[in-house]
Amino acid sequence: MVEAPAVELRGITKRYGKVEALGGVDLEVGRNEILGLIGDNGAGKSTLIKILTGVERPTLGQMQIKGEPVDFGRYSVRGAHERGIETVYQQKSLGDKQPLWRNFFVGRNITNKWGFIDVRRQKELANEVLKGAIGFRGVGIDVDATAGNLSGGERQGICIGRAMHFDADLIILDEPTVALAVKEVGKVLSFIERIKASGRACLYVEHNLAHVHAMADRMVIIDRGRIVGEVRRGEMTVHELTEHFLDLQRRGERGAA
Amino acid sequence: MGGRLGRIEGLAIIIVAIVVTGVFMVMAPQTFLSDRIYATLLVTMAPLLLCALGLTLVIASGQIDLSFSSIVALSGFVLAAAYRFENIPFLAFLAEGSDAAAIEATRAWLIWVGAVLAVLAGAGAGWINGVLVARLGIPSIIATLATLFLWRGVAVVLAGGLSYNLRGVRDTALWQVTTGRLLDWLPLQALWVGLVAVGLWFILNRHRFGEALLFLGDNAEVARVMGIDVAATRIRLFTLMGALAGLAGVFLTAENITFYTNQGQGFLLLAMAAVFIGGTSIYGGSGSITGTVLGAYIVLVVQAGIVAAGVQGFWNDVVIGLIFIAAVVFHLSLERTERAGGSS
Repeated sequence: MVEAPAVELRGITKRYGKVEALGGVDLEVGRNEILGLIGDNGAGKSTLIKILTGVERPTLGQMQIKGEPVDFGRYSVRGAHERGIETVYQQKSLGDKQPLWRNFFVGRNITNKWGFIDVRRQKELANEVLKGAIGFRGVGIDVDATAGNLSGGERQGICIGRAMHFDADLIILDEPTVALAVKEVGKVLSFIERIKASGRACLYVEHNLAHVHAMADRMVIIDRGRIVGEVRRGEMTVHELTEHFLDLQRRGERGAA
Repeated sequence: MGGRLGRIEGLAIIIVAIVVTGVFMVMAPQTFLSDRIYATLLVTMAPLLLCALGLTLVIASGQIDLSFSSIVALSGFVLAAAYRFENIPFLAFLAEGSDAAAIEATRAWLIWVGAVLAVLAGAGAGWINGVLVARLGIPSIIATLATLFLWRGVAVVLAGGLSYNLRGVRDTALWQVTTGRLLDWLPLQALWVGLVAVGLWFILNRHRFGEALLFLGDNAEVARVMGIDVAATRIRLFTLMGALAGLAGVFLTAENITFYTNQGQGFLLLAMAAVFIGGTSIYGGSGSITGTVLGAYIVLVVQAGIVAAGVQGFWNDVVIGLIFIAAVVFHLSLERTERAGGSS
């Protein structure tokens, strides 16, 4: 029996008034697959992420998580977390003034029945993830450090570590290398390798083609709210991929004109 | 920074409070070396501090409430109305056919109902503030500016523009419980407000509601994508603020033995001064309960000390203004060094 994919989308359409952000997207992410999602600004990547993570509801379409259909009426950020979908957003995943032990557990605190937080337990667990899953050993970052003091790559590491700690089956990365120094990009790519090595799935949304090309098992290209192409690992060089991507975009423009 | 000392919450403000008190001990020893002044200060501080504590949570979560000083009046009226029920048109029916003794008996229990209703009225007014902000999306500075007028207006209209003297309230158990003295010295309202302060410290620093407030103040978008219900949290916040202002109204009215329509009017700016002197972030995302307690103390001790030291009273605002500026500059520079700190 074939295992159902980590997530499967069918005919996802999202309209904001008359503007169609997504026009019937079909997409699958395998259980231990790194799927690269490529598209220009405004192609519909963020809308797609918001739907997957329960921040917004689609106008039309179905979604299945590990083979189980999702009722969008009841789906929410919390619902996505419960079903093992975690998201690392570009900028808005960490509270800058808050210590890491809070950032790790925000929205999912370890509390007693009156809602008071078990600070010691949260610090212990955060420390384990910090030193273990994301390998921050000896970098001089502890759980009391505030998120605002971390470098861009470290921030992405914290978010990925948090997602792994909460047993995410699918981790969505929303342009994790945007505005990062070269050294920091290297860190983020190594975090993505850890996701793959731990047997999880990853939807890697990116517009730097070289990074996706290096990491993804498969890449899909989204343009004007539709999936317009799919490339498997090894089928093209980065250069060919870039040409292909530009070509698809040009065709889209002509079609729209 | 760092080190063990740096971790004591509000260390800087503790030092300022001690220094200010020390200065007045030297300048006005007869007053400041006796314990009576401190009991008086605690009495004055109690209702102001209740408001300032609520405001600490509001500002820490990146919002503002300007209307609480009016809620103090609204709730004060509710308490006064319960006590003077035979003079209130819509409550007078309770006195029908009763003789004087029966009216006093009714008064004795009705004042407790009044106190509870006063807090609930405050909570209700706060809830409406919260709905305006969180559901209708009106920025809190505008929404609560509007209700600053509204809640006081409602209080004035209900009171018919009159003050209510609560003569005889000293004989009620409520008065004893709210404004009596423990060991002949400690004003009970200070004890109750102290307990509220401790409770709110735990809420802000150890409860998931407090954490939600901090994240909202830090970055509301982060809070949202991490699964915090932004609107519900904000409504709860303003409701809590309203309830605290309502409780302040009860203490203030009991202490003054009078309800007057402009009561609490001076609280708005004093409470804000207390919060910011105490080190709660102007930008939201962090708040200090300890700082606010000491901030309220400093604001009031300066007022008392300047008079006691024989300096002309109008210097008061100059001194408060200077302390305010110094405190804000200090806290801002602290916030900036913290941010610049580990960015290696």
